[in-house]
Amino acid sequence: MWNQAWNYVLNHPDKILDWTLQHLYIILVANTSAAILGVLIGIYISGKGRERIADTVIYFASIMMTVPSLALYGILMGILSALTLPSIGFLPVVIALTLYGLLPIIRNTYTAIREVDPAMIEAGRGMGMSEIQILIKIKLPLAVPVIMAGLRQAVVMNIGIAAIGAYIGAGGLGQPIFRGIANYRTDLILVGAVFVSLLAIVIDFLMGGLEWLTTPKGVRIRRKR
Amino acid sequence: MIRLEHVGKTFSDGTEAVKDLNLEIKEGEFCVLLGPSGCGKTTTMKMINRLISLTAGKIYIDGVDIYKLDQNQLRRGIGYAIQNIGLFPHLTVWQNIATVPMLKKWPKAKQRARAEELLELVGMDSGTFIDRYPSELSGGQQQRVGVARCLGADPPILLMDEPFGAIDPITRNKLQEEFLKIQAKIKKTIAFVTHDINEAIKMGDRIALMREGELVQFSDPSTLLSSPKDEFVRNFVGADRVLKGLRLLKAKDVMKEPPLTVKVGEDPMQVKARMEKDNLQWSMLTEDGGRFLGWITRDDLHESKRISGIITPPSVTASPDTPLNEALSLMFNSAIGTLAILDDEERLVGVVSFQIIRDVLGQQAGEAQTEPCGEEQ
Repeated sequence: MWNQAWNYVLNHPDKILDWTLQHLYIILVANTSAAILGVLIGIYISGKGRERIADTVIYFASIMMTVPSLALYGILMGILSALTLPSIGFLPVVIALTLYGLLPIIRNTYTAIREVDPAMIEAGRGMGMSEIQILIKIKLPLAVPVIMAGLRQAVVMNIGIAAIGAYIGAGGLGQPIFRGIANYRTDLILVGAVFVSLLAIVIDFLMGGLEWLTTPKGVRIRRKR
Repeated sequence: MIRLEHVGKTFSDGTEAVKDLNLEIKEGEFCVLLGPSGCGKTTTMKMINRLISLTAGKIYIDGVDIYKLDQNQLRRGIGYAIQNIGLFPHLTVWQNIATVPMLKKWPKAKQRARAEELLELVGMDSGTFIDRYPSELSGGQQQRVGVARCLGADPPILLMDEPFGAIDPITRNKLQEEFLKIQAKIKKTIAFVTHDINEAIKMGDRIALMREGELVQFSDPSTLLSSPKDEFVRNFVGADRVLKGLRLLKAKDVMKEPPLTVKVGEDPMQVKARMEKDNLQWSMLTEDGGRFLGWITRDDLHESKRISGIITPPSVTASPDTPLNEALSLMFNSAIGTLAILDDEERLVGVVSFQIIRDVLGQQAGEAQTEPCGEEQ
């Protein structure tokens, strides 16, 4: 079985590359949207006096995580076809992954901003920074590493979920898996599974590097100690 | 000049933090807001830069109602230092110091030059520290940078909320002294919050003592110590208020000529005769040039011994700027109960004895009795 899988890889490197690129493309689009939306929502709900809204938003984002991906694809297909948008393939999968990716990003943005030392904010305000300046010059730079950690979590999680997207025709590394299930081809299932895992590991490693790079130097030194 | 007129603050939960407060801080004056926690001193300070809004009264800076000014412009014109320092960890030392210059959009080079200048002012080597991050500094160094930052754009007014609160007593003492020297040079108008009576006495030109949102006594430190207005003030300054008063005096203010000074080359028997005549047990001894060597006792003087052979070297000495409270404790280590005061070149310039300190204390206690405290405000 392992031999067969290995032979498949050797004989069809082009196919595997194709699936991997499709997979990556879905992840890239979905997580970029999730990052932009998530950070904006996270900043919004971290504002003063928005604790109630924050609780509600995070609650719904958590519920979103519990919806099985197949069910979510089903729901989205319904909604999209009603809107006469493409209801299978790329679009519903990207939307679903965006929704899944939101929770870790919103939650981390929210927590990171709320946990900035109040003394710093008071110092900034006392020296005449506007609220926007406090956000841009103090809160966000300090929150970036934590936000990046959230994004990393979202990306790695979505790499797994995206595989199921092949079921509704979005392509990617889910394709060999579903084809293998349908045709009793264990080697194909294995190829898909192994490459999804490899992709997750590699991306996780790269995102870890990105997390480190975006951590302000002065904060990095503090962590080392 | 800062003027508070009938200022009051009632928080939304109904707490009355400050009640009908009238206070005037003069140009260049170091005013300490003192009181137990919850007395409204920090609230009062934060109302001056509008971090807390007033619910009654008016505050004027140089005659202008602060609510007529743009909030952020007002704050950029007032230095602000807090106990927790609140340095920005993602910015270097110079970027931290240049926060207000940056907000005021000074050119980058000017910002950095200003940071260099201020680092030197607070006693830090700018070459070593300017590009460091706060996490690479010790607690004391962070406090210094905090002070430098509040001076960033050279504001005429400083608000300081226990800026030396979060450090060990030795470093705190040092920073307090250094800051007083800086203040002597820059002469800012300062509102300084503390709950530490000793810090208040040491630092303040005038002390505003508050209790439960009200100003109880506003006077200079020695008046506060010698004429406490009521029981609360008396308790707050402490039972040792007379001793605390010693802190305000320096050795040079009270020192006297030693009863007898002998030069090292003099004849022992002549010296002995002089000491017997004045009934002195000991005498200070100096070199011909005046450099202090120690003291000699009468019983050691003998025909056969040269004076240089019987010197008792001093175990402790003090400088003219030593505060009297320190001088007093040093005295306990001196066998003759008298402390030699030496100048920078180790020349004997005077002595402080128990008797002298007792006279000073007696005077203070006398003042307290004879001058019932007047209305200070």
